[in-house]
Amino acid sequence: MRIPGNRGFFSVLLVLLGAFSQVPPTFAVPAAKDNPGGGKKLELGISEYTDIGNRGEVDNPVTELDKDKQRKFTTDHTRLKELQGPFSSGPEVTRACLECHNTAGHQFVKNKHWTWSYTNPVTGQKLGKSVLINNFCTNARGNEGMCAQCHAGYNMKDSNYDFTNEENIDCLVCHESTGTYYKTPPTKGNKACSVMFEGKKPIDWVKVAQNVRLPARSNCGTCHFFGGGGDNVKHGDLSSVLFHPPRDVDVHMSEDGENFACIICHVGEGHEWAGSRYNMIAKDEKEHAKPKPGMERETATCESCHGDKPHPFSVKGLKLDDHVDRVACESCHIPAFARGGVATKMDWDWRTAGRLKNGEGYREEGYQQGNGEWRHTYKSIKGSFKYAENVVPEYRWFDGVMEYTTIDTRFDSSRPVEINYFGGDAQDPDSRIWPFKRMHTVQPYDKGNNTLVYMHLWGDDDAAFWGNYDFSKAIEVGMEKNGIPYSGEFGFIDTYSWWPINHMVAPKEQALACDECHAKEGRLKEVKGFYMPGRDAPPWLDVLGLLMVVGSLGGVAGHGLLRFLLARRKN
Amino acid sequence: MPSRSVKIFSGFERFWHWTQMLLIFMLLFTGLRIHGVYGIISFDQAVWLHTWSALFLVALWVFAVFWHLTTGAWRHYLPTTKGLWPVLRFYAWDIFRGKPHPYRKHFWRKHNPLQALTYLGLKLFLFPAIWVSGLLYLTYNYWQDGVSSPWLPWVAVVHVLSAYAIAAFVIIHVYMLTTGGSFRHHVMPMINGYDEVELTPAEEAYLQQDEPGRILGASDHRHSSVERNS
Repeated sequence: MRIPGNRGFFSVLLVLLGAFSQVPPTFAVPAAKDNPGGGKKLELGISEYTDIGNRGEVDNPVTELDKDKQRKFTTDHTRLKELQGPFSSGPEVTRACLECHNTAGHQFVKNKHWTWSYTNPVTGQKLGKSVLINNFCTNARGNEGMCAQCHAGYNMKDSNYDFTNEENIDCLVCHESTGTYYKTPPTKGNKACSVMFEGKKPIDWVKVAQNVRLPARSNCGTCHFFGGGGDNVKHGDLSSVLFHPPRDVDVHMSEDGENFACIICHVGEGHEWAGSRYNMIAKDEKEHAKPKPGMERETATCESCHGDKPHPFSVKGLKLDDHVDRVACESCHIPAFARGGVATKMDWDWRTAGRLKNGEGYREEGYQQGNGEWRHTYKSIKGSFKYAENVVPEYRWFDGVMEYTTIDTRFDSSRPVEINYFGGDAQDPDSRIWPFKRMHTVQPYDKGNNTLVYMHLWGDDDAAFWGNYDFSKAIEVGMEKNGIPYSGEFGFIDTYSWWPINHMVAPKEQALACDECHAKEGRLKEVKGFYMPGRDAPPWLDVLGLLMVVGSLGGVAGHGLLRFLLARRKN
Repeated sequence: MPSRSVKIFSGFERFWHWTQMLLIFMLLFTGLRIHGVYGIISFDQAVWLHTWSALFLVALWVFAVFWHLTTGAWRHYLPTTKGLWPVLRFYAWDIFRGKPHPYRKHFWRKHNPLQALTYLGLKLFLFPAIWVSGLLYLTYNYWQDGVSSPWLPWVAVVHVLSAYAIAAFVIIHVYMLTTGGSFRHHVMPMINGYDEVELTPAEEAYLQQDEPGRILGASDHRHSSVERNS
């Protein structure tokens, strides 16, 4: 559990265990998070994405508004004749769903969970998993056979997918409530990956079809808490802790708090939801900022519930409200990300990928996170990683407009590449200071063309990196099958990506103290363009002030001393 | 002119002085914390104390301004050059030679010319400067028009500089209590209200007739005859 005192006890246990199981004794040092040389467990083969999903009880988020803590449905799906089966596959279930929900399919095929495509209305950039390159596993494009494990559809095996076939919509992944439904990658990949498909209990299609409801945390979290290839790898503020978070990790989602499902904030209708990272609202001061009881909410912002004067009416509250127009709520109310015992990946080095033991890929444990579990710090298929927990975010002015370095962006290879970047300025009234996770990676790029590359990672051919471990081939094929020009020469380049932090809102008593920012060496040390008490003051101001004070002190001391000496001489 | 022990600092004036002193010390202490000079108390504790102290001081000042205007006490602060030079010479020169203070308090001039000028400057320039800048600082969001105003740093500079100047005043003010008489004799009038002042026969007659409680017996020379000049 999460009791810190227990860690000492566990470490003693681990020492004892270590003595009997040849685990090096350094394994037991509780403070040593990065523990090279110690605690490394070698596993041969590739076993990815088998441990995703909710391992606890499936949650039934009922907010405090529902007084009797029961969901009230008007349809009991177990009694619908359409759902009595038999079903032998997902599309068969979908067909049954769409018989009654006869516009759901038309709605969903427009959603990015299905299209993996999104055009930013501000920048016009075409985004989405179908095209973007990130600095984790780099590209889903061309690797759909693996990555589409998290596509809300069936049978997306490659980039040529029929987006009009509504029967391939996966209703269950979002609506199933028993926790027994799961998805595996659509294709088998290299033989080394076969372990990923082993030991799975067959899905009882009738049971899962009959047990559906609005999406709960256990539905959304199965993919979103595991983005980037593992628990909390990508976002930093979205981890499996949020399935059942303690109140101090997430005051809204905790069962001891409001017990919110994701969709309480990510409001939506007709299979469209508010709150996409691709197009954010950095400052929500429209009518949403003055919510009235029962008013319709259409954004996922804090303001859409809390308004733009969220603090209590008091001298302190008014001063805190003064911050709202320039500081995002998240900046103070999410004191750190990756809280609650699950670490996030902060650094990734692809250059070391491809090392083999006995001709086989392997992975190595090297970081023990707060909940006691070990994380892999090396994988042959991906390279080396660094993890961190309770991370203080980076703070930046942010206007909500995210731009991306895409496959066709040519960059200056003498500088690190910003995978995504954004505007924001103290002089822009729509910008606010936001917290971010900043991810650093060293990843392959096209050295001749100065572009990022699509890698062919997944497949049962001799080019897929996962199984063959040859960058040169993987990049060549990855570029070729997507029709992207490739110079034939690759190198490695530093990249950064920026992840706005929105989740893991702490209870108000754990909001940041003023001194965290109002200090010379505070969290906002590097955030420029405005005057902040406690941080900014021209150096001459204190020189002048000290001259005044020290001058008066010296003056009166001199005056007094002179009086004293002259009086004594007189006597 | 006879010198009599007269109540020259009314109850309100003494309350005003000492409350103001406490609030100024509180404001200096918390203000330096907000400015980032030390960290014994937290920033938000400092801001809370600073804001409330300032609001109390503003309220006190509103009363004091009203009191000055209605009682005519403002006339004590009218600037004059008459007698200014001897006072200046006393502090710069004569004090070292053991000479007595040149100024004698009068019923309607209880401050010497240098004192009156100093307090007038304090009341007309320094206090308003720290007040106005402080209120602008506190309410910046109501005038900065959505973006970070380039004026805010200057408001802060004026506020901090005024604070340093007030600190310098406090130092000199306290030191002055030791000049031209004992420290205790300078402080007592601000505690019990009574001090030796020279009265015109008319003033003496008026006090004896209409405000006998404000005037002690002619023989009651409890204090040294040296003028107090704090």
